[in-house]
Amino acid sequence: MSDTFDVAIIGAGVCGANIARRLCSYQLDVVLLEKEADVSFGVSKANSGIVHGGFHHDPKYLKAALEIRGAAMFDRLEAELGFPFQRCGIVVVAFHEDEMRAVEQLYAQGVRNGAIGIEMCSAERMRDLEPKLSRDAVGGLYAPGGGIVEPYRFVFSLVESAQKNGLELRVGWEVESASREGEAWAIRSSDGRELRARYAVNCAGLFADRVSRAFGAEDFEIKGRKGEYYLLDRLTRAKPSRVVFPVPTSVSKGTLVVPTVEGTVLIGPTANETEDKEDSATTREELDAVLRGARNMIPDISEADVITSFAGIRPTLGEDFTIEASARVPALVQLAGIQSPGLTASPAIGEYVKDILKRSGLVLVEKPDWDPYIERTPHVRDFSPYELDALVAKDRAYGDIVCRCERVSEAEIVAAIRHGHTTLDGIKYFTRAQMGRCQGGFCTYKILKILMRETGMGWEEVTKRGAGTALLGGEL
Amino acid sequence: MKELGFDAVVIGGGAAGMAAALELEAQGKSVAVVEREDRLGGILCQCIHAGFGLVEFQEELTGPEFAERLEEKMRGRAISTYCGCTVLGIDTEGPEKIVACASSAHGVLRLRAKAVVLAMGCRERNRGNIRIPGTRPAGVFTAGLAQRLVNIEGYVPGRDAVVIGSGDIGLIMARRMSWIGCKVRAVIEILPYPSGLTRNIVQCLNDFGIPLYLSYLTTNIYGRDRVEGIEATPIENGALAPAKAFRIPCDTVLLSVGLVPENELSRDAGVAINPMTNGPAVDSYLMTSVPGVFACGNVLHVHDLVDYVVEESRRAGRFAAAWLGGSRPAREVRVKAGPNVRYAAPSRVEPGRDNKLYFRTMIVKNDAVLEIKLDGKVLRSSKKGHVQPSEMMTITLGAAELEGAGLDSAIEIAIT
Repeated sequence: MSDTFDVAIIGAGVCGANIARRLCSYQLDVVLLEKEADVSFGVSKANSGIVHGGFHHDPKYLKAALEIRGAAMFDRLEAELGFPFQRCGIVVVAFHEDEMRAVEQLYAQGVRNGAIGIEMCSAERMRDLEPKLSRDAVGGLYAPGGGIVEPYRFVFSLVESAQKNGLELRVGWEVESASREGEAWAIRSSDGRELRARYAVNCAGLFADRVSRAFGAEDFEIKGRKGEYYLLDRLTRAKPSRVVFPVPTSVSKGTLVVPTVEGTVLIGPTANETEDKEDSATTREELDAVLRGARNMIPDISEADVITSFAGIRPTLGEDFTIEASARVPALVQLAGIQSPGLTASPAIGEYVKDILKRSGLVLVEKPDWDPYIERTPHVRDFSPYELDALVAKDRAYGDIVCRCERVSEAEIVAAIRHGHTTLDGIKYFTRAQMGRCQGGFCTYKILKILMRETGMGWEEVTKRGAGTALLGGEL
Repeated sequence: MKELGFDAVVIGGGAAGMAAALELEAQGKSVAVVEREDRLGGILCQCIHAGFGLVEFQEELTGPEFAERLEEKMRGRAISTYCGCTVLGIDTEGPEKIVACASSAHGVLRLRAKAVVLAMGCRERNRGNIRIPGTRPAGVFTAGLAQRLVNIEGYVPGRDAVVIGSGDIGLIMARRMSWIGCKVRAVIEILPYPSGLTRNIVQCLNDFGIPLYLSYLTTNIYGRDRVEGIEATPIENGALAPAKAFRIPCDTVLLSVGLVPENELSRDAGVAINPMTNGPAVDSYLMTSVPGVFACGNVLHVHDLVDYVVEESRRAGRFAAAWLGGSRPAREVRVKAGPNVRYAAPSRVEPGRDNKLYFRTMIVKNDAVLEIKLDGKVLRSSKKGHVQPSEMMTITLGAAELEGAGLDSAIEIAIT
């Protein structure tokens, strides 16, 4: 394959994946560059997984418009790609009359943004919508269009679809510098590789500032804002049927209680500026605050249900998203500060960036053989015993259950590996194996063996999430 | 989909499942054992150290040897064994239970039985369960996973380890890691006393010069990619003393912070769970709240010796066989955990016969007194040289002792 592309997209998070898929519907050579060992290993893997309801942001912001547009695109994407998504609705709960004033503002904002179906709720209506809510709730807001999505599976399916339509994906490819060579960018990696592209898109998330400097473009600084989360066992009594939000503060949308599409419950996040953008450590104080905040809304939440904690870092830059052609250098589109509601807006961002590229002179001719669908990997946990029996008759590996907690078969692990997810975390995000209540205590060695068998890797090559994260220290 | 019928289906082919199945078969019942791994033996297979069998076989065996003894007894007996089969669920159809299980060899099997014995064992608590904050690097293992990697797969988890929690598997693994040439820096225990057996403290830590920090909470795990260290903070007068926290560098963390009976299948089947044990609430027949479903071994309550697991499971097999034959407890008396007692299993006894009970204390004490009371009246009182939570205790209530029990009577076990 020639190392000259029409477009190089830098950063395989949810924005890069949406842009890549959109561009791959045209007759273009597109390359997606990711510095980590797999796609969706940055900001896009650790967030609340919410499709927002369209009421949190003032209509004056670009992000308010993109949120509404992006949210509306999820149903079709889900039909084409089959990632876990559900419009379960969102409630915002108020605990006293002052908070109800803020809720009224959110309602008015939602109406101005064009959010469909939102309503003001009395305490009684709130309890009907969400019976697990605290009895102290005085009322709130309901946005039926809001929903939940598995962010990494969303990214995986977008990238798979783009690859099916010609995308070239390069992981472990960290952009170090770029320069204009004639009518194209020459882009170099930190390990000495080089490729050319007529256009470049910088959607490097937390490191968009570094990439911008590498291109000699705008000078800005992305700041990290850390959010810590707890994940609760699917057997918790505290699982709500909708996403539950508190009334937001000036810096964040607050600590939420999220029923995930796959049946667990996520609580969080906190919001704290962090100097080190790779510091995803959790702290006792913050996690205690998460529990307090969540319990305030849903009193049934118990520490005993916690199966893991983690932190994600949001890339922040000012109040709004920055998505524009660079004013300093040619043929570069910059995306910066895509924090919440970035996941919700991302399909619309793909569209928006495509339009910027078109205005910058990129010729878009539709591919006659564009195929928006991808093949679904069957998940044993979704099958009845009768269906599973038929599936095992076709492929015996569906009968070997590797992960008992999330009920994942060997066939699904193999599918993950064949889709290019060759780290333990990559396999986890693709299949859910190691994501349940035992957190890999029972299945890690089985996955290790399957991974080595399928790829021919040696034990020393097996990592948790890429370079530096080797699982094992030696062989007997 | 293949369907097969049995008198009883035993879920789990570890020590508990094999013992229960052997007893059911001995009582003339047709039995199937369903095991998700490719072979019988359960966790015993990776416990290659000695110390098993002193009660059951009056000799010291390794885990695999103990498992082999039970397997040998299974040979030639009318017990159907399905290995590599994962149970998907237990449904009730009229008077029968349907155990659906999946395997690559058979597809989905429907095993039909009048009785089911739950013998799924337990799982290890993990980092999330005890909420250790910090980064999420490679190199954090539960002790049991590390044991599997070393003893069966032949890999070294890391070179420089700290063990968090002083449960038996953690202690055994501290010694095992030392044997394979790794440095074990410390064992950190939150409680003021060890969670594991005394013999393991002596043989696995003291003999290897591994320091045990009692009353220390692990307050952080460091390292972005691979573990670089942990932070331990002493607990003084019930509160953390952050000023005295210190860091221990290491590349590996092994967690031995308790075991939880694995009852997700049981819950799905409608079995009521006893919050004190996290196992099913059972009657004097070791039968759960779902008629015909029995429980034994670590799925019922976490034992410290496999010998006790086997004894209890044999009883479960015998009760299940009796129940299949139409026998029911005539009447039952409640057993309450009194002062300094965490729980007793089972929590019901049947007057008119001998009843064996296992129980655990909540305190460490020398010269303790064990009292068994019936409605406040002391039935028995005995001196115990030493009691501690990690060592399970047992009594057998004689048929005569319960003669005076009435309808609302209760037995209380007290340790003072």
